[in-house]
Amino acid sequence: MHHISNMNRFFCIANAILPIFCVVSAGMFPVGLYYALIESPADYQQGDTVRIMYVHVPAAWGAMICYLTMAMASAVFLIYNQPLANLAARAAAPIGAGFTLIVLVTGSFWGQPVWGTGWVWDARLTSVLILFFLYLGYIALANAFEDPDRGGRAGAVLALVGAINLPIIKFSVDWWNTLHQSSSLWRIRGPSIVPEMLLPLLLMGCAYFSLFVVMMILRLRGLYAGRLLRQMRIAAASR
Amino acid sequence: MISKNYRLGMLIGFLAFIGTAVALVLIAFEDSVVFFFTPTELQSKQVNPERRIRVGGLVEDGSTKRGPADAEIRFKITDGNTTVTIRYIGILPDLFREGQGVVAQGYLQNAVFQADEVLAKHDENYMPRNLASAMNK
Repeated sequence: MHHISNMNRFFCIANAILPIFCVVSAGMFPVGLYYALIESPADYQQGDTVRIMYVHVPAAWGAMICYLTMAMASAVFLIYNQPLANLAARAAAPIGAGFTLIVLVTGSFWGQPVWGTGWVWDARLTSVLILFFLYLGYIALANAFEDPDRGGRAGAVLALVGAINLPIIKFSVDWWNTLHQSSSLWRIRGPSIVPEMLLPLLLMGCAYFSLFVVMMILRLRGLYAGRLLRQMRIAAASR
Repeated sequence: MISKNYRLGMLIGFLAFIGTAVALVLIAFEDSVVFFFTPTELQSKQVNPERRIRVGGLVEDGSTKRGPADAEIRFKITDGNTTVTIRYIGILPDLFREGQGVVAQGYLQNAVFQADEVLAKHDENYMPRNLASAMNK
């Protein structure tokens, strides 16, 4: 029974912060897009194609943060058997799949004019494609069982094994020769991107992150309601 | 009832095992994981001439020569130590220019790399045009 009081406490906090993140997300997207598409300068080599980056890179951050959330929730569910953690991992998966799809599609649009190709099998692109399949695999596996706890446990194992992909994605551009450039931001010698281009990137990062939080809370609510409904149905059927 | 500490330990052990396995596989297949070889690696590696490979580096200044065939271009790419001549017939990507990174796909024939695809490699520097021209002065 203490699980239910845990859930109630969690949703009290979640419902309180939801409007804040709604406002931040709704405000940040127009401001970020204004700076990204209009206010920021064109790149010296790529021209206006650089503007794809402001949609592409924060989506990649979102996809990684989302997977990290899913993997940590999976670990908590496997170790502590906490039902909220199962719901959190399930809530994160389709959001992450969406972010990863945005990354792959916008990356392809950028690669076509800049590299001369929309897709290559280099370590960065391939590992991000694997991330997308991990999300889809988690969704399929977690929903493949009649009992949501069993499904959640099977999915959690997959999510944790797949977490090894996260450092591979991050460091692929440093460990191996790739067509994809290395990070412009997380460098020892400071960012290799001018401040007026960094600003829209960070604004869009905030927008994506708050959108992630909003979608997480809304999906958690829905999944929790579904779980309660299921319990009520089982109770009614066994009466 | 299996204790939580036991489950935590099992999980960490399991992930360490899988992580090591993945790391060993990636190290063993490094030649397949890399997208391209540098000219130095190409020279030291004794690559099978039948095998299609990619080689990447910076286009050397003043090395680009057009012709004799239509759309035929020869240029040298370098990694600072070694250079390799590349011959390519086709349309180059917009970002192709001297000093810029490129990746060519093809095979090595008589010390000339016959490319059938040339891709531009974009570096991690982002800046507006006026700043770039100011830095080159």
